Amino acid sequence: MKENTQEAIEERVKRAVAAASHTAAERLTLDTTFAELDMTSLDALALIADLEEEFGVEIPNEDAMSLGDVRQAVECVRGLTAGEASGVGQA
Amino acid sequence: MSAPRRVVVTGLGAVTALGLDVAQFRDSLLAGRCGIRPLETVDRAGLRFTNGAEVGGFAPGEHFTEKQLDLLDRFAQFGLVAAREAVRDSGLEWTPHLRESAAVVTGSSLGGKTYEEQAYAGLFGEEKRRPHPLTVPRGMSNAAASHISMEFGVRGPVYNVSTACASSNHALGQAFWMVRSGAAELALAGGCESPFLHGHLRMWEGLRVVSPDTCRPFSKDRRGMILGEGGAMMVLEPLDAALGRGARVHAEVVGFGMSADAHHVTQPSAEGAARAVAAALRDAGVRPEQVGYVNAHGTATTANDPVETEALRLVFREHASRLAVSSTKSMHGHALGAAGAIEAVATALALREGFLPPTANFTEPDPACDLDYVPNEARRAEVEYAVSNSFAFGGLNAVLVLRRWEGGK
Repeated sequence: MKENTQEAIEERVKRAVAAASHTAAERLTLDTTFAELDMTSLDALALIADLEEEFGVEIPNEDAMSLGDVRQAVECVRGLTAGEASGVGQA
Repeated sequence: MSAPRRVVVTGLGAVTALGLDVAQFRDSLLAGRCGIRPLETVDRAGLRFTNGAEVGGFAPGEHFTEKQLDLLDRFAQFGLVAAREAVRDSGLEWTPHLRESAAVVTGSSLGGKTYEEQAYAGLFGEEKRRPHPLTVPRGMSNAAASHISMEFGVRGPVYNVSTACASSNHALGQAFWMVRSGAAELALAGGCESPFLHGHLRMWEGLRVVSPDTCRPFSKDRRGMILGEGGAMMVLEPLDAALGRGARVHAEVVGFGMSADAHHVTQPSAEGAARAVAAALRDAGVRPEQVGYVNAHGTATTANDPVETEALRLVFREHASRLAVSSTKSMHGHALGAAGAIEAVATALALREGFLPPTANFTEPDPACDLDYVPNEARRAEVEYAVSNSFAFGGLNAVLVLRRWEGGK
């Protein structure tokens, strides 16, 4: 099972952003914006699909459209994976 | 050179989520009835959006023999049923000369996907089943055009145009120009589409443009488009021929214009759309202030509606505030390649019967969309000229101008 620590999530989100923007993951920080990476709205669609696949989550349209940098993507994924964990706890 | 011929619409056919024929379609437009419902012809399990504008109550067996159905994917069935209605409605009598000089031009973006999806599922699944030997001719996007030509013995120019959501406006425009120029003595033109296949819907999910609930064009709380299916066809013929045989004229087609954005594959451009509308008005010889109604592309996506509003302001300037603009996609959904034809039929009916079809599901105005969208209720209005817009992914724009028929004035 893949780790969901803050560091592990950051690492995996950065890898996805790197792939979608054709950039080296080492170049990315939490503050890197998608605009800096010249990512278009279509690149963002590919990234969101990759994140959903990677983390096994479903990112709602409204959230997906508001992501503008690495930090927001990490927060979005963390929120959704935490939500899942608490759902399991309640079951 | 002789003056170009005037071209009139003498036959209408439509099979849509608003009914199985033109009469039901008209009644629904007048009532502002929305044909969007939970999908029934496709397994909704695992789909993120589960509503669509399906053609309810369509029984292929009532229209075709089993042998015919072997070759007809659902989109082609819609095209043929709409073509039959349009030809019946026109009352035209085929002669050998007319058959040889008539055209069929259809618009379909996808072609037939039903058998193709079945083929891939079998091929790549556990069993490695071979595809049905007729999968190719069933699915080709010109299947409807070809079957219509065979059914009526039409032997002139017959083809399909595939330009995504502008397909059937491009088709109608080509047909109009052929009849106007004399390249065809008559045209059966329109479009058909059937996108409700599981695999295809999953592909739409990724684009995040389909609404999880309903279609609210130009409303502030719009959440995207709703896919639709169906077919719509028109009989276009020269005015002299129509009058000569005492045909009923529904409307006159007076202009067609096209443009490309050369900008972005999914983001529309106001400037590009405006050039297509302006080109259509120029082709028609109509001034912007003569137009009373615009059947908008109006998809209810975040991107389209403010951009289309801006495009209309660019072309119509101060007259834009006096224009009635509505999106009938709020009722019959976005039938992709068939959308332009369905909306052209809606526009012809609006002109003929003196009403403006509403934008259904309208809730609250968006400051970025500040025109009169005829919210929720049809309105009585005698309009002389109407414009029907179609703008496609890939930045391809096609616009028709229709005129109310007043007995030849």
